[in-house]
Order: sequence, then C-alpha cells, then structure tokens
Amino acid sequence: MKPVQRVYLREVVAGLALTARHFFANLGRHLVHALGRKKSRGAVTIQYPEERRPYAPRLRSLHRLVRREDGSPRCVACMMCETVCPAHCIYIVAGEHPNPEIEKVCEEFTIDLGKCVFCGYCVEACPEDAIRMDTGILEFSSYSRGGMIYTREMLLALEPAGPDGTPRSPVPIPADRRP
Amino acid sequence: MTDVGIAFGRVLFVMLFVLNLGGLLTWVERKQSAIMQDRIGANRASILGLRLWGLFHPLADAIKMLTKEEFYPARADRVLFSLAPFVSVFCALVAFASIPFGDTLPIAGREVPLQALTFNVGLLYVFAMLSLGVYGVMMAGWSSANNYALLGGQRAAALMITAEVAIGASIVGVVMVYGSLNLMDIVRGQGALLGGWLPMWGIVTQPLAFVLFLTAGIAATKRIPFDMPEGESEIIGYFVEYSGMKFGLFVMADLLETVVIAGMTVSLFLGGWQVPYLGHDGFAFPWGAAVPLSPLLVALIQVAAFMLKVVVMIWFLMLIRWTLPRFRYDQAMRLGWIGLFPLSIANIVLTGGALLLWGPR
Repeated sequence: MKPVQRVYLREVVAGLALTARHFFANLGRHLVHALGRKKSRGAVTIQYPEERRPYAPRLRSLHRLVRREDGSPRCVACMMCETVCPAHCIYIVAGEHPNPEIEKVCEEFTIDLGKCVFCGYCVEACPEDAIRMDTGILEFSSYSRGGMIYTREMLLALEPAGPDGTPRSPVPIPADRRP
Repeated sequence: MTDVGIAFGRVLFVMLFVLNLGGLLTWVERKQSAIMQDRIGANRASILGLRLWGLFHPLADAIKMLTKEEFYPARADRVLFSLAPFVSVFCALVAFASIPFGDTLPIAGREVPLQALTFNVGLLYVFAMLSLGVYGVMMAGWSSANNYALLGGQRAAALMITAEVAIGASIVGVVMVYGSLNLMDIVRGQGALLGGWLPMWGIVTQPLAFVLFLTAGIAATKRIPFDMPEGESEIIGYFVEYSGMKFGLFVMADLLETVVIAGMTVSLFLGGWQVPYLGHDGFAFPWGAAVPLSPLLVALIQVAAFMLKVVVMIWFLMLIRWTLPRFRYDQAMRLGWIGLFPLSIANIVLTGGALLLWGPR
C-alpha cells in the first residue's frame, strides 16, 4: 500500500467528491424535473405499481387458453402439456367437442399456479398453440392455496398483453380475495 | 418573572431546534442517501393524498414504533433495560445546551445571551454530556443478557474513550488560540479579522484540529464509518434486544449526537453565529463599504447563519456517513490511538509555538 493510501485522507476526500457530485447533479435534475422539464430524471427508480418497465416479448407470464373463432378452446385435450409439465400442475379432463370435425376438447383445464414453475414447457409442447404465457400478468397472489388454482373459464377470459408487455385483461382475483 | 420567562424561552428554543432537527434527520438521511445513490427514497407515506416528498415518513415511523410490542428478554435486568435508551437520548439532548446560537439580544433592558446555558466551561460540558451518553449504550448492552449486545456495549465504550481522548486533545489548540473554555467567548473570538480581511474562524487558525475533531466527532456519534457498536453485519449491536420506541430512541440519540457534533464543529471551527464582516451595527467590509443594520436584524441574521451552518455541517456528516465503509474494530482503535491522538498532541505543540512567535503578548 502506498503511503498516500495509508493516510486515507486523500481517498476519503476523493470518495466524498464523487458522492457529492452525484448528490448535486441528481438534485439539479430533480429540480429541473419539478420545474417542468419532464425528460430530466434525477433517479433511475421505476415507481412500480403506477409505472412499469416494458416487459420483454419473450417474458413468460400468467398462462391463457387460446380460443377458436367460435369461442371454444383450441385445446384438444391431447395431454401433451400435462405430461411434459415438470411440476405436475396441469389437470385436464377431456370431453366431446360439439363439432364432429374436432375430436376432443378440454372440459376442465386447471392450472395450480402454486405449483407452477413457469418453465414454459406446456407452451412448447402444445401441438395446437392452445396455451400461451403472454398475458403480461405477474401480480396474481392469494391468501390460500385454493386461491392459486385457475380454472378453464378464468384462463379462457385472458387476453394477450399489449405492446411493451402491459396486461390488457384484469388480473384474475381469486375467490378468497374478494372483499 | 421576566428572567424566568427569558430563560424558559432560551431553553425552549434550543430544545425545539435540536429535537425537530433530530426528528427531521431521519427524513434527511433517507432522502440524501437516495439522491446520492440515484434513487428517489421513501415517498409513500401520505396524508389525504399529500406526499410532500416523504416528509410524513418520520411521523409514520413514530406511530409504528409507538404501537409495536415492547419486548423484554426473559433474563434481562428490566430496570436498566428500560432506563438505557432514556439515558442515551437525555445526554444527547442536553449536550446542545451550552452551544451559543447567537450573540446577545437586548430584551426588556437586559442583554440576553442567545444560549440555553451560559457556562464558563461550556466546552467541557458538551463533551461530558456526549461521553455520558455512552453509559446508556453500555447499560443496554449489559442489561440485555445477550452476548452480542454486551459485545456492542463494550465496543461502544472502547470507541467512546478513543474518540473522547482525541476530541479532548484536538480542541486544546482551539482553546489556546481563543483563550477560553466558554463557547460564547470562543465564537466571539472568531469574529476578529486576521490581517484585516480574513475572518479568524477556527478552520483558518486550526486546520489540523478541524480534521482531527471532525474524525473523532464522527466516531463519538457511533455512526458509519465508526459504527462497530452496531455493526449490523457482524454483531447486531447493543440494541439487538430492543424493539418499538426504545429502539427508536437509540437511533434518535445517534441523530441528536450528529446535531450536537455539527453544532460543536460550527461553534469551534466555522465561526458559530458569526457572519463575516457583520458587527453589532451592520456590515463593515474591509474595503470600506458599510451597511448599517438594526441590532435586532443583526441578531436574526446571526441566528439564521448559525442554523444554516449547522444544517450544512449535518449535510456534510451525512455525506460522510453514506460514502465511507465501516472501519474494522482494530482499525478504528489504531486510527484513534496512533493516528488522531499523537497528531492532536503535535497540534498542541505547533499551536503553542505559533502563539509564542506571533501570538498576543
């Protein structure tokens, strides 16, 4: 260690100069912002619930079931997603589709989000492009395990996220959260 | 009766100044650190949708602290355990009393010194109170029946001795230059002009003592970079068993000590309530210009100058606190005993020599 560094005082002054420079530069930017120039920002903070950072298009968020043109789910209950799921969180009950051209449809399609690991394998495995993870919804929570179980109707009601990844459908509120 | 009223007013002024500043410092600390680190800082507490840059957070903190559970460890000494935070805060609070915040003010035919406690040895009183504050910390460490708390209390005691010795030795130079232990006289002495134009502030006459005093003073507040009594990453410190407002009082005591150290630095080295070239009856600049002012206005300017200096000094102490990392325990001891203390002694010798050569006869 150099003798200058042993004295420590010069390094302290250099450090203080650095932090003081940040302080005054940011304070100036905050003031300019408060005076009306909204482009000037004194902090890198994103004030989360009101302000969101744009999500990447590949982000894996809450699942949704894709609908056909007649509104029935595209899912043909082939059980590929249920089989590939490493967390065993998908439960499908197959049934007859009213259209004779389509062999099967899921009568129940339940995802236990308390178990889901958001690996996206279900989306990869699906031969019908019937399940996607592009809703942009990340803020689903519940006070109970039961509240984390999402049924077919809840998943069918979701819309894909808009540009920048902003969710377009409301966050599904589990039953135990209703006031 | 008037005397009692005046004395009461002086005490109330200092009390409210220190207490409010101490309470506000939690906000200052959060916001200043945030701005230094490119963040925004706490801004969520709101009353009726009014946020005021997070100014309600100290209030929210106080409500939270007051409504939290008061926990006593099973084997704690309950009397000492309850007493400790109050000792800490009391000593920090009364220490400011003999720091002058202005010159004399004529009220009802009397010359009232603007100082809560006129005291011949005011300088010693402040440091006596500051070092008494460590008793609260040691009591907390001892009575918690917790090894970490005990360790924190012992570290606080060791640190306080180290800091006090360095503080005591570093201010001797100041006392020699201004020839008094009375803080009012020291501040008055700093109003003189050196060579006819340079205000004889302590930082001009005693630059080395300024650095030493500031370093030791920060150590006396037990805050980063000298927070080994707390050291939250190694031992949680002397307040590990405290919760609720008792814990809050310890934090408050640290902040109040910061105010006291800032006030002392201002009084000893930055001219106290002195404004350069401002005398009893207005400004008299060295180039001949003069601005006459009424004595009341002069007193107000001086009080405002003192407060401004204290606030700037607190800003600087906060800057240090949010810039430097913590010293290791042995590093702090080494800095105190073989760094600050010998340098303070050298400063005394140098000051003595300088006074012999150029000083007043």
